[in-house]
Amino acid sequence: MSDLTLPPNESDRGEQSPLSSHAVATEDDVRDWIALLKPRVMSLVVFTGLIGVLVAPGHLHPVLAFTAVLCIAVAAGACGAINMWYDRDIDAVMRRTANRPIPGGRIEAGGALGFGIVLAAGSVLVMGLMINLVAGAVLALSIGFYVFIYTMWLKRRTPQNIVIGGAAGAFPPVIGWAAVTGSVDLIPLILFAIVFIWTPPHFWSLALWANDDYRRAGVPMLPVVAGAKETRKQIVLYSLVLVPLTLVPWYLGFSHTIYGVSAVVLGLGFLACVWRVFTDKQDPTGVSLTNDAPARAAFKYSILYLFVLFAALAVDRLMG
Amino acid sequence: MPEFPPRPTETEADALRRRRRGRNLALILTLVGLAVLFYAITVVKMMKP
Repeated sequence: MSDLTLPPNESDRGEQSPLSSHAVATEDDVRDWIALLKPRVMSLVVFTGLIGVLVAPGHLHPVLAFTAVLCIAVAAGACGAINMWYDRDIDAVMRRTANRPIPGGRIEAGGALGFGIVLAAGSVLVMGLMINLVAGAVLALSIGFYVFIYTMWLKRRTPQNIVIGGAAGAFPPVIGWAAVTGSVDLIPLILFAIVFIWTPPHFWSLALWANDDYRRAGVPMLPVVAGAKETRKQIVLYSLVLVPLTLVPWYLGFSHTIYGVSAVVLGLGFLACVWRVFTDKQDPTGVSLTNDAPARAAFKYSILYLFVLFAALAVDRLMG
Repeated sequence: MPEFPPRPTETEADALRRRRRGRNLALILTLVGLAVLFYAITVVKMMKP
């Protein structure tokens, strides 16, 4: 449930000026409350949660499956709202976030916090009472991890913020699986590991070209602290771990040819993308001479990669 | 003495009303959606052997 898929220069709502002083400009509307939920981040979370439901052994009534995925979506939105409340100071100084509802002056910080807490508590209660306690507990754990470990503790303190904090975004397949089976087994933990290892190269590709934003906001992202060269190296290293890891469900016999071939082909594409990031034309300090075009391409490909990889797993399981 | 806060113009007041109506509509849709969802969950739970 981490803040992973928002490219720079795209505000959540760009049509209103944050500087408007009149009451009309500062009056919130529905779109501001929806923007608090970070709907684009939510889409990936919902998708991986749905995959957890689809690939788990057993059967869950479609109404309950819908409820489980809805709870995951609402919890992700709650995390987004609480994150925007806590990060409103740094959001105000970053270009891509300066017009979010709180720094834009359209929603009060306390209102956003209350909104997030109500949604978080509601999603955990519904998941625990209507689906099962294990799924409710893992959902609560993921919210706690994102809010307390990532947002409040790690994000502003360490360049490894996104590595450890990425675990928060890796929970949805585990929650989806737990909703069906009432337990947490090896396979959902492997899916967790795949999203966990995928997060650093995905996010550092973004951080490479949004470097100035993070520096201005004082967020110790890896490119800010260790430089672009080191970041490119780390992207390659994590990708070299990621691609073999995606083949583990195939090795274990959990999936078959469709997934195996997809994982290999997609993985080779991923490695090609990160290799172009690594060999990007750069000055002696590591600053890109191509306006970080390979990093932008790698960021976009990484989103497609995870979507198609998990979709292939679901198709493979449903057809097998 | 100038009014504080300034009185909104007719256009601005219309925009305010439109936004509030949008919020109220979203709230009622959410509540109805939750009621339908809880009803469906209850039916499914009661169908279980």
